[in-house]
Amino acid sequence: MIRHSDIIHFSWQVLIRHRFRSVMILLAMALGVASIIVLTALGEGARRYVLGEFAFLGSDVLIMLPGKKETTGGLPPLTGTAARDITLQDVEQLSHRISAIGDIAPLVMGSAEVSFKQRSRNITVLGSTDALITVRQLQLAQGRNLDLIDVQRASDQCLIGQTLKAELFGSDRVIGSWVRAGDYRCRVVGVLQGRGDAFGMDLSDSLIMSVAAAQRLFDSPGLFRVMMKIRPGYDIDDAKARVIALMKDLHQGEEDVTVISPDAMLSTFDDVLGAMTLGVAAIAAISMVVAGVLIMNITLISVSQRTEEIGLLKAMGARAVDIQQLFLVEALMTTVLGAVIGLTLGLSLVALARWTFPDVPFYTPAWAIISALLIALVAGLGFAWGPAKRASQLLPVNALYQRK
Amino acid sequence: MIKLQDVCKTFYLGDQAVHALDHIDLDVQQGEYLSVMGPSGSGKSTLLNMLGLLDRPDSGSYKLADSETASLPEVQRAELRSQYIGFVFQAYHLIPRLNARENIEMPMMLAGVKAAERRKLADDVLERLAIAHRAEHLPKQLSGGERQRVAIARAIVRKPTILLADEPTGNLDSHSGEEVMLLLEQLNQEGITLFMVTHDAKLGARAHRHLVMVDGQIVEDSTTDGC
Repeated sequence: MIRHSDIIHFSWQVLIRHRFRSVMILLAMALGVASIIVLTALGEGARRYVLGEFAFLGSDVLIMLPGKKETTGGLPPLTGTAARDITLQDVEQLSHRISAIGDIAPLVMGSAEVSFKQRSRNITVLGSTDALITVRQLQLAQGRNLDLIDVQRASDQCLIGQTLKAELFGSDRVIGSWVRAGDYRCRVVGVLQGRGDAFGMDLSDSLIMSVAAAQRLFDSPGLFRVMMKIRPGYDIDDAKARVIALMKDLHQGEEDVTVISPDAMLSTFDDVLGAMTLGVAAIAAISMVVAGVLIMNITLISVSQRTEEIGLLKAMGARAVDIQQLFLVEALMTTVLGAVIGLTLGLSLVALARWTFPDVPFYTPAWAIISALLIALVAGLGFAWGPAKRASQLLPVNALYQRK
Repeated sequence: MIKLQDVCKTFYLGDQAVHALDHIDLDVQQGEYLSVMGPSGSGKSTLLNMLGLLDRPDSGSYKLADSETASLPEVQRAELRSQYIGFVFQAYHLIPRLNARENIEMPMMLAGVKAAERRKLADDVLERLAIAHRAEHLPKQLSGGERQRVAIARAIVRKPTILLADEPTGNLDSHSGEEVMLLLEQLNQEGITLFMVTHDAKLGARAHRHLVMVDGQIVEDSTTDGC
């Protein structure tokens, strides 16, 4: 019985001898594997990028916004249809009556011109409390957080982002300086770290003041959002139900708020983007099938060109299974080599993409690598199986004298 | 050693049946030297293919070393070929991408002989056939006579008991042809059973037993000494 090492050596000699044919198969297989690696990296990169944008919220945060829409899932409604606004009194009630709520950050948002000395800049101004730092998991680069005060009291303290600091202050001292936001003056007590942007809101180019002050600035009694961090050990769905029930109670029995948990939103995004990744992977997998068909055709040609050799091997005592193995090992070698080249090429392209676009976390999941290699193997061997079987079953005399 | 009884083989060219072997009976003992002659299409090569287990009879019995081969599964026929039979073809049938030594090693590789042992045995045969200096050469770099020597080396390296030679000198000049014939005859003298298909009456006459075929039948079976 022919030795495995001899089969490999013999098959390798064939591949070397028929270089052009071998390179064509390698190329087809390598491109198929590389396309799976690259396309899934793009899909997974997009998924991670989007999920990263929402990840700052954490899984223990509830967001309440005015208005109730019946359609669930997907993005939250940007505008409310509420009969009533969410007020700071509501926030106080939520804070006092629902023990599951730890930190609660009401949010008012508007646009105002912010100035310091001769410099001014039109930016987003947020009104909130000291809890915003905790709920949004923000970091301070300089100074301190807003003071913990009664939510209904307007303070003269504010926080600013890095971009705003650079634009307005330059090399001037920031902490303790007074800035003007619209008609309102506030003293900078802290500077946010990093960009902190999400939901399309760039916190590095914004100013955060007390919520009561922002309400006066924008003449807005209602809140844009309320963000609630749930205490450890409490069930978030239960807390969500309690918030809705209490708001209904506070708003004369009308359920006119929407409460969303980032987890639900993330889950939806995750599903959609995960499906997209699978979709592009499936498209790429088709290229592997094409590579498999190429292998089948080339193996058929090889069998046809080497019919005399098959007859000779049989005349020298080769069994059908030996002949089949020789052709399958050839296919296996080109498949494995092609897959390794494709894997290297694909991962290199992904690394290049990561280097070119550092903000997008391009990443090839392990399942994509394993699937690509498995599909390559199945396509390579599966499509070579038929021609190899056919070669093995040739009658020795017909093969040797190339009779039909 | 070899016993054919009432062996028939028919080919079809369209609707026309060609009886390549027509009720053949043949008994061959170990060490015999037979020539098979006859006009083209008389069934000589078909008989050789049948003896070499490359083809199966449509009917009849073929016993090789007491095994009834006609009904054996292909895998066992392959084993018998590997064990008992060596082939020498007119067209050499060397594998073009392998050098002389690698071609000679092929039957041993198929039988699972280890590489070091294969190399030693191949070198021994190359030495014996006076082509050791051509061991690393590809078939296209060899002369016709050298190619046939490599083919003979390959046929005998597993020490078969039967050597089937189909027009072994057909592509060779007279000098090379004579060398090949001497080599084959020497192998026969060492005990190998030699079948040689040839068109050349002079070469055929060198065998000890002469079969003449016409239309798929053995019409003459004689020995040199007239017995």
